[in-house]
Amino acid sequence: MADVVFSAVHKRYGAVEIIPGLDLTIPEGSFTVLVGPSGCGKSTLLRMIAGLEEVSGGSIHIGGDDVTTSDPSQRGIAMVFQSYALYPHMSVADNIGFGLKLSGMAKTEIAARVADAAETLQLTHLLDRKPKQLSGGQRQRVAIGRAIVRKPRVFLFDEPLSNLDAALRAQMRVELAELHSRIGATMVYVTHDQVEAMTMADRIVVLNGGRIEQAGAPMELYRQPATPFVAGFIGSPRMNFITGEEARKLGGDLVGIRPEHLRLSENGPWIASVRHVEHLGAETLIYAEAEAIGPLTIKAEGDVALEAGKSIRIGFNTTDLHRFAGGRRVPN
Amino acid sequence: MMRLNRDAMLPLLFALVLALGVLLPLMMMVTISLNPNEQDIMVSMGSLRSFIPQVFSLQNYIEVWTDPVHPFARYLANTALITFSTLILSIFFNSMAAFVLAQGTLPIRKPVMILILATLAVPGESLVLPQLMMAGWLGQVDSYQVQIVPGVANAMSIFLFYQFFSRLPKELIEAARIDGFSFFQIYRHVAMPLSKPVISAIAVLQFLEIWNAYLWPVMVTRGPEYRPLSVAMSAYFGTNQAAWGNIMAFAVSMAIPVILFFLILQRQFIASVMSSGVKG
Repeated sequence: MADVVFSAVHKRYGAVEIIPGLDLTIPEGSFTVLVGPSGCGKSTLLRMIAGLEEVSGGSIHIGGDDVTTSDPSQRGIAMVFQSYALYPHMSVADNIGFGLKLSGMAKTEIAARVADAAETLQLTHLLDRKPKQLSGGQRQRVAIGRAIVRKPRVFLFDEPLSNLDAALRAQMRVELAELHSRIGATMVYVTHDQVEAMTMADRIVVLNGGRIEQAGAPMELYRQPATPFVAGFIGSPRMNFITGEEARKLGGDLVGIRPEHLRLSENGPWIASVRHVEHLGAETLIYAEAEAIGPLTIKAEGDVALEAGKSIRIGFNTTDLHRFAGGRRVPN
Repeated sequence: MMRLNRDAMLPLLFALVLALGVLLPLMMMVTISLNPNEQDIMVSMGSLRSFIPQVFSLQNYIEVWTDPVHPFARYLANTALITFSTLILSIFFNSMAAFVLAQGTLPIRKPVMILILATLAVPGESLVLPQLMMAGWLGQVDSYQVQIVPGVANAMSIFLFYQFFSRLPKELIEAARIDGFSFFQIYRHVAMPLSKPVISAIAVLQFLEIWNAYLWPVMVTRGPEYRPLSVAMSAYFGTNQAAWGNIMAFAVSMAIPVILFFLILQRQFIASVMSSGVKG
């Protein structure tokens, strides 16, 4: 286990600055998720920890050691890739243990480590198979097994669940979270999926344009987003935003309220016309156009009998409003 | 029953004509090689009889294989030694060169690759004289190495390996780097095992080229000690009267290893292509 510290880290490609000076500490033993839209620099940041991407300026320390210019294999890290990156010509056992073999480790020790990892990941019966004979989820487990046997100080995950279907993704999310609590190692996980970030992380770092918008615990980001970007990015469906005169009346340049904090209420202050309704069974998503406010999404519990064109009144608690001025949060 | 329409007939007809163009000379070669009667061969030459065997005798073959003046076994051993040595060295060095050019970090990779490709435009025949002079200066004429070394570096082979290696998934190479593989170990343990299809293709192409090479061996060999089959066969034409039966038996004997090699590698080639899903 080790912490990862970025100090004034820059990354440039020619004249284009991808990461303009970033300071970040990833605490020891944490499950930190780097999240943000495509091109925000999250993968670049992860690849810089791995040593697969050179740093244009600043330094990176892992467990107190300066690894800024170290070789990837010397950093005490292991990485799981989106495409699994398994060696197609090797068996599962070789995929997991080949790195150890090259490092000159004794055969008995390699066999023990491979067996341990296989048992942890329920791969024991698949050790003789080739990657092409495995399902997507099994392949991803092999990739994780390859990481585990190295006993790294830091695990790096680069969108590892993106190639899996929704059901398998949900299952793997749980397995990864369990793995983290079992081995307790520092894990850095990159995703663009905020649901993954919210469900797995004990710490989320939201990135935008190579800068950190906010870093903190998932519920902290949900309850008290520091910027409109974080407010819009964290939470599903996306937060509703109100601008202009209505926003000023509510106390900010920009005011946000989450769909789950809006309710259908006969005494509600806002009048809206329903545009579309999505019935999800346990909840209903209502897309409406409110007078003087604009489009709003309302998440109502249960199955609400509504149809497009109908007029509704919408209510809310003012304590659920998120007020922003000058691009920053206004304290309630 | 499947019926052929006019659209399918035309390509089929074209393919048949092409196949006949290739097969007819081969049939003639085999037919003549099985006929021990030299006069009969001369009479039947040009008629349908020269394409369809009437007699099945191995006499010509036995004569060729046991000829003390032209030791067939020696020529065959020479050819096999030269071909396989060149092939192994060529695959080893050309793949290494291609891997450095495709996955290395040298800034001059592109210009070097262009330079290598440019050499494809230079006809091999134009290099024969300077190469012969060099071999003479080095005192290497009439040896195995003079027939092996010049064939090792092969631009087409480098190009084919380069194409394959530059398409290897980036993440596979990166995973290997994190696993602690050195650059050479990535080449040895990741890139080469995955390149069986391209190795097979290059092996087939180069095998044919080296096995049948004539110009260079005829210039650098002086006697049967180092002479390959291709040059030895020409000796039959030097006599006053060409013995067509023997020549064709020699030609068939020379072609059989090529056909076998092709068939063996073709199977492996197809199997490799089918099983080479790089994405894990």
